[in-house]
Amino acid sequence: MYDIKALYEAQSVSHAVELLLEHPHAQIIAGGSDVLVQMREGKLAGAELVSIYGLDELRGVTLEGDGTLRIGSLTSFSQITRDPLIQKYINVLGEAVDMVGGPQIRNIGTIGGNTCNGVTSADSASTLFAWDAVIELTGPGGVRKIPIGDFYIRAGKVDLRPAEIQTSILIRKESYEGYVGHYIKYAMRNAMDIATLGCSVNVKLSEDKSTFADVRIAYGVAGPVPMRAIHAEEAGRGLPVSGQSIEQIGNTVLEDVTPRNSWRASKAFREHISKVLCKRSLAEAVTRAENLGKGAS
Amino acid sequence: MSGETNFKKQYKLVRCRINGVEREVMVDARASLTDMLRNDYSLTSVKKGCEVGECGACNVIIDGECFNSCIYLAVWADGKDIRTLEGLMGPNGELSDIQQAFIDEAAVQCGFCTPGVIMSAVEILENAEKTGREYTREELRKLLSGHLCRCTGYENILNAVEKTMKKRLRES
Repeated sequence: MYDIKALYEAQSVSHAVELLLEHPHAQIIAGGSDVLVQMREGKLAGAELVSIYGLDELRGVTLEGDGTLRIGSLTSFSQITRDPLIQKYINVLGEAVDMVGGPQIRNIGTIGGNTCNGVTSADSASTLFAWDAVIELTGPGGVRKIPIGDFYIRAGKVDLRPAEIQTSILIRKESYEGYVGHYIKYAMRNAMDIATLGCSVNVKLSEDKSTFADVRIAYGVAGPVPMRAIHAEEAGRGLPVSGQSIEQIGNTVLEDVTPRNSWRASKAFREHISKVLCKRSLAEAVTRAENLGKGAS
Repeated sequence: MSGETNFKKQYKLVRCRINGVEREVMVDARASLTDMLRNDYSLTSVKKGCEVGECGACNVIIDGECFNSCIYLAVWADGKDIRTLEGLMGPNGELSDIQQAFIDEAAVQCGFCTPGVIMSAVEILENAEKTGREYTREELRKLLSGHLCRCTGYENILNAVEKTMKKRLRES
């Protein structure tokens, strides 16, 4: 038995909003792999819960008329990895969330929960930052959409207003078209572990594949919330595609990252692997970009 | 315990299919699926291990996918198709091939993690049969990584799953 004061099961998105208005102290529960664990630990003991787990309308990935990929917030990690649209357009997201926890966790954990808990180590978050994801929120005032960078306020705190729920994560066509990415999670174990540092990059090469038309670099655990390495990205744009450029971009990330000492790793180690993971991810992304259109996958 | 005075008991009727049989019961809204399966249906293969979704001892199959039932609310089971280790038993109490393989390969010592691991193996084997795909040892390792076993060192578990997968693929 969980120490739940009361459980309210939402039947629709609007019902969830109503329930949250009626019970302003209630905690939203999606898959529960964070909420129930925190309840067990005593942190959320005695809380009221509004369950949105039953809202199938928030599951699945669709392609909208303008080419925007819409990922329903309750889509599980394993559904994302298996999804043909994800595999076709932003495969790196499927690869990144395939590193969360273990198989059972990837079946219950949702991408909405992974972002709404505001944790810097979330395996989906750095990749969503790299793809310029847009967060769609539905609340009493209707629907609003904000860039993922604005959604994260500080560690553990996201821009969810009272009675609001996250309903979708959107990746616009201009954000993914022509880009290829790679994600590296650095952790002590291959399963059931939290990233010491995560780096997700994507690149767009020029027509002749000789220069970096665009570079996006995002991190988890390089600061209190997931972040983009804007100086390194700026340094990379327009550079010729070469090992030397990758070195240069990788060395610039120290202008962006602000990791801390923790029991998992020291600040110095995290700074070091920030550079290494960036370079390795870029090298892999470039290889993938060069193979694009060659029939290789 | 907390001294709350406004706590009201809350129940929900949960109808679901468990090991092929339609069942229904009133469950406490605070119950985990592990609580429901053990206490209301006496399915004690579903073990209470860590109870925070790390060890996999409570693993069951819901609508074809594995879930740690300790961090799954019982009320969410309404309308679902749930399978536990007990459902593998043949009509005369026979063991399934994967259970027999665990015995043959000495993949069981204390046995506490075994029902959970076997349910993951069932999902793996069914996916392999469905797609005709033979998983590599490395892939099997990843597919079984949601389980902790403190006795066997995992090698014999991998042997049992791999052997059964190959046998089923040969026969299908």
